[in-house]
Amino acid sequence: MTQLNRQSASPIKALALASAAAMVLVGCAAADEEQETVAPTASETQEPAAVGGNMVVGITVDPDTIFPWKATQFQAFRMLENVYDTLTAFDADLNVVPGLAESWEISADGTSITFDLRDGVTFADGSSFGSEDVKYSYEAIQDEENAAVARSTLGGVTSIETPDADTVVLNLATADVGLLANLTSVNLAIVSSDDTEESLSTATNGTGPFVLESRTAGQNVVLARNSSYWGNPTPLDTLEFRVLPDEAAIAAAMSAGNVQMAVFSDPITARTVSGGVTVNTTPQLSYHALMLNARNGSMTSTDVRLAISCAIDRQSVLDTALLGEGEVTGPITSPAFKSDPNARPCPERDLAKSAEYLAASGNAGGLEIDAIVAQDLYAGAVDIAQAVAAQLAEANITLNLEVLESGTYIDRWIAGDFETAIALNGGRPDPDGMYGRYFPSTGNLNQVSGYSSDSMDKLFADGKVEGDPAARKAIYDAVSKELEDNAVWVWLFSGYTYTATSDTITGFTPMTTGSWQYLRTTGLQ
Amino acid sequence: MRVLESAVVKKAAGSLATLVGVAIFVFFMLRAIPGDAISASLGTEAAGLTEVQRKSLEEYYGLDQSLASQFFSWVGNLFQGNLGFSVRAQQSVLDLTAAALPVTFQLAVFAIILALAIGVPVGMLAASRVGKPRDVIGQALSLIGLSVPAFLLATTLLTFLAVNLGFNPNGLGYKTFFEDPVVNLQQMLLPSLVLGFGISAPIIRTTRAAVLDVSGQDFVRTAKAKGVSTRRLQFKHILRNALIPIVTMTGLQFGYLLGGAVVVEQIFSLPGVGRQVLTGIQQKEYALVQSTVLVIAAAFVIVNLLTDLLYRAIDPRVRAE
Repeated sequence: MTQLNRQSASPIKALALASAAAMVLVGCAAADEEQETVAPTASETQEPAAVGGNMVVGITVDPDTIFPWKATQFQAFRMLENVYDTLTAFDADLNVVPGLAESWEISADGTSITFDLRDGVTFADGSSFGSEDVKYSYEAIQDEENAAVARSTLGGVTSIETPDADTVVLNLATADVGLLANLTSVNLAIVSSDDTEESLSTATNGTGPFVLESRTAGQNVVLARNSSYWGNPTPLDTLEFRVLPDEAAIAAAMSAGNVQMAVFSDPITARTVSGGVTVNTTPQLSYHALMLNARNGSMTSTDVRLAISCAIDRQSVLDTALLGEGEVTGPITSPAFKSDPNARPCPERDLAKSAEYLAASGNAGGLEIDAIVAQDLYAGAVDIAQAVAAQLAEANITLNLEVLESGTYIDRWIAGDFETAIALNGGRPDPDGMYGRYFPSTGNLNQVSGYSSDSMDKLFADGKVEGDPAARKAIYDAVSKELEDNAVWVWLFSGYTYTATSDTITGFTPMTTGSWQYLRTTGLQ
Repeated sequence: MRVLESAVVKKAAGSLATLVGVAIFVFFMLRAIPGDAISASLGTEAAGLTEVQRKSLEEYYGLDQSLASQFFSWVGNLFQGNLGFSVRAQQSVLDLTAAALPVTFQLAVFAIILALAIGVPVGMLAASRVGKPRDVIGQALSLIGLSVPAFLLATTLLTFLAVNLGFNPNGLGYKTFFEDPVVNLQQMLLPSLVLGFGISAPIIRTTRAAVLDVSGQDFVRTAKAKGVSTRRLQFKHILRNALIPIVTMTGLQFGYLLGGAVVVEQIFSLPGVGRQVLTGIQQKEYALVQSTVLVIAAAFVIVNLLTDLLYRAIDPRVRAE
């Protein structure tokens, strides 16, 4: 889990807001689009797509890399997951399903996973896929020199064996129940053992349904159907990711029929799209939080943190800052392990209790604290900060906002150089993947989280090896409880994304992870 | 002739000094901005990097060299025609700029033509009857041009035409004039209109002021007394003598446009140099930003130089000096 790297956030927020306002003025008359909130559904339930056609997806910035192990940018990630495959995959309900591995077996003690690889899989260049490619890919990702983003996911893998061309065995230091889910990331894509980072930075060579046809900086990336794809061939002939740098421009292009699909972060802009377009509102796993650095300043006091937590009305902040577009959340947003948002010392805003905690901390006369906020990293950060500050002021807590340019914010965030921070952090389907780097004392982001404890270390260690789903849920409920009881952070709410699709599109399913993997089943009528 | 050569040499030397100053300023200012290509690429994921990973990435992005080494390496490469390499686009900055500059140049030329077509006649009309309705309308038009932000006009036009008429050539993906002249001209239409309308405002004001100034001079009164027709007086005597400030203003505006009309390029999805610089700044791609800014500065300097030379062509008094 980490803060989202939103390249699509407008660099000129005022411009974006004013643009949206202008669009509302001229576009409100054309409100014949359909707006609905959907839970992701299995793609199998949708109509089969027609074969053929060229589809255009509007994006605000072009992918910054085509090398999967280093991709963190939203656009790059979403494009590459249609070009490369992983051993395991998610279905629309976030169940782990076979990817390049057809099946797997976990040893009784959980320290060994044997994957049976698919037969008949080839890379786009025609070379065959086998166990050596998996070993090569994972060992390269583990190599620090390669600076692969997902290296820590394979941190517990001690060795990789390839008994034959179709079998791979991962040996682990300790059991890791979340590993199968974590292997679904395109940052752990399997590449050919004949390829290098250099070769894959200028051309793709994956086993996925599409291959890179062309890439023009600042204009577009065009993918073409991979005719040797092992799965059902994708219905589309080509899939173009067209760069239209402003969401207003994308909305206009959709209205004019130039673009068939786009994801909007701004609901107002999404609603200005007219014509035969459906806008799906999809809840996200990512969440907004006020991070409290328990190793810095007055945040070292649990009573101070609880006073802050009790003084904030999450729903009110959501209504004020994001026009109610989201859902109040607890720490864990992973669907199967979701925290109860009301299971906290103050389920509702309670100023009296906040005052009690403040007095217990020795700050009965009030308290002044600092918060860092990124003004250009993602939309709504400053609005959320101001709404939180206004509520804390009523609890005699002054929140001094340091509104920073994203570079400064990231530098300070990475160094843990803050008392509190307004943040938008990414969620994951597995809670270990979501928080395993933050709250265990050995986690590589623990200095940022500002909190650790022996009990937390034990819970995460137990959660990693517990195979029984109910028992595992209980463990992460306990994690959630400790986080809330100690007001480690103030978890606020999760937002939505708005996926606009032309009515000529079939077979696409938006996902809570933000994934566009169902572009591989998408077709045009 | 020798005087002209001397003036040109002086101008050229001044321009070169300006470019050196821009190079040094941009290079160090860019690095003074917090963050680097690693944090721009990874965001807060960068917090999870080990020391070895960070060093490896610094090497990848060319951040492992000292500032002085980076600067002299860049300048040395510039003299060999190498503007650097964009890791993001996996292309040389020269190639990227060679693709982006013509887009911006075409947009700037169209916008200036439109601005002059609106600004000069309206300015002349306004000056011809001071305080009368045509003057009030002319001044109101210039006030609107100055007051309405380009992003508002651009977004409104774009959305209105797309939603109501289904007209949005800019959503088709950019086409060069040689790829598809019809689509290219359609794609340039709205951004040129937006920019041209905005730039016409100072041209209206400059034209009006210059025409009024010249109209009050003795030679105009003499020409009138000699019975020169109004049309001839307006165009041959007044406008010609009022051209210097109009040319100056036009040159300045053209120079600014070559710097990239970032907002308009952004809204109309034109892949010009303004967008290239903006993306480079967001991604902290030092080579891309510093080289593109230098190219823009050079273009600005050349336009200024040409404007100075144009003075000599249109005003014999400047030639005499």
